[in-house]
Amino acid sequence: MIELRHLYKSFEDKDVLKDINAVFEDGKTNLIIGQSGSGKTVLMKNIVGLFEPSSGEILYDGRDFVRMTKREKVLIRREMGMIFQSAALFDSMSVLENVMFPLDMFSDDNEADRIRRAKFCLERVNLQGAEDKFPGEISGGMQKRVAIARAIALNPKYLFCDEPNSGLDPKTSIVIDELIHSITHEYDMTTIINTHDMNSVMGIGENIIYIYEGHKEWQGSKDQIMSSTNERLNSFIFASDLFRKVKEAENGK
Amino acid sequence: MFIVNGIAAFGRYLQLMGRTFSLPERWRMFLKQYVKEMAQLGVDSIGIVLLISFFIGAVICIQIKLNIQSPWMPNFTTGYTTREIMLLEFSSSIMCLILSGKVGSNIASEVGTMRVTQQIDALEIMGVNSASFLILPKIAGMMTMIPFLVVFSMTSGFVGAYATALIGVITVDDLTIGLLHDFNQWFIWMSVIKSFVFAFIISSVSSYYGYTVEGGSFEVGKASTDAVVRSSMLILFADIFLTKLLS
Repeated sequence: MIELRHLYKSFEDKDVLKDINAVFEDGKTNLIIGQSGSGKTVLMKNIVGLFEPSSGEILYDGRDFVRMTKREKVLIRREMGMIFQSAALFDSMSVLENVMFPLDMFSDDNEADRIRRAKFCLERVNLQGAEDKFPGEISGGMQKRVAIARAIALNPKYLFCDEPNSGLDPKTSIVIDELIHSITHEYDMTTIINTHDMNSVMGIGENIIYIYEGHKEWQGSKDQIMSSTNERLNSFIFASDLFRKVKEAENGK
Repeated sequence: MFIVNGIAAFGRYLQLMGRTFSLPERWRMFLKQYVKEMAQLGVDSIGIVLLISFFIGAVICIQIKLNIQSPWMPNFTTGYTTREIMLLEFSSSIMCLILSGKVGSNIASEVGTMRVTQQIDALEIMGVNSASFLILPKIAGMMTMIPFLVVFSMTSGFVGAYATALIGVITVDDLTIGLLHDFNQWFIWMSVIKSFVFAFIISSVSSYYGYTVEGGSFEVGKASTDAVVRSSMLILFADIFLTKLLS
């Protein structure tokens, strides 16, 4: 479980995050949604430690990440997996080497076991046969799946996904969403997904936090989001013509 | 303002070097990277070093024979001067200036692209010391390969000088006597010592500019240019001090 308490982040005199309090539970796909520029990415970067919060606490199963020593942070980071918007695969390495990388760095297993584990992770994301290809030779959807395989190679307790569907077609987006969702349940991970894709919200949003201008505006599940009376949330969700029609159809019933 | 910015940049450079010079987390991964960097930065530069040194050796020989040598000077002057220029300056300083263009831009653009495509963030989130993982093998690889490149450059320069004998600029005997005349072995060591420092400057300064890139492809290009310009300037400054110190 990851808990945020009174989290603030400022850049010079601009407050980007204001008093964020939230709980992200184990075995659930937790979604952070909001418009572009609302502070989602800054929030995610604070949680994973790429930014230092101005004040507040980030608790990983009760362990305060902000006040940890460098060494403790390094150790907790080995319990994290992250899927970046751009997949962030290492260009100079093959698909198999990318997935093996965290194992090569941190596992004491012998090489045969590390290869076996990496191949298992690739099979889990349906990428068997692509081991020898390089990131530049595979599609965006495949790159995201390699990133997922790399993220789960060390059996992480916490999985972070920064706009995992960015740049993907709707069908591939659903495949990636379902993969992240099923892996979260399979390994009982605390998964946090940063997105503004409403299809993801309705597909896998078990715990959703809506960020508006740097503060938490709303929290609930995908079942509650459509019936919410929060005007700011509604203007975000129903900006899509499709969702507005769904809402109207539901109201018509 | 310029001085303040310069001091701030130097401070950030020292901080980065502080993170870079830490013990590798996995020696097998470090060795793998180290061998890769030796091949990429050193072995892949052998061709250009041999080519440029060959022609410069030949041109120095021709220029001295045509413009400096006179009946009042001994016949070995051309060979002697060619050797001194190659050993004392060209094969260390000028060759490293050339390498700062090739290797420096390569390092800055590689590391810079890794930064803007979040590959460095990915390393950090995994708990890897990205500075040490990426930069230390480059510095070690470059410093390992530089003595070989210096020796190759000297050899190729002399071969170039001998090639001028084929077109009748100088006789082989005069050139050989000149190359061997009053030979001081220390000049080779001096060249190698200077090149160690230059190799460190090229690899660390270029890595710094790549590692600290913010933005996109335009900034990576700018960082690559800055890396070449700054490392060239530092090589020239360092050359003055090292020449005075080692002579």
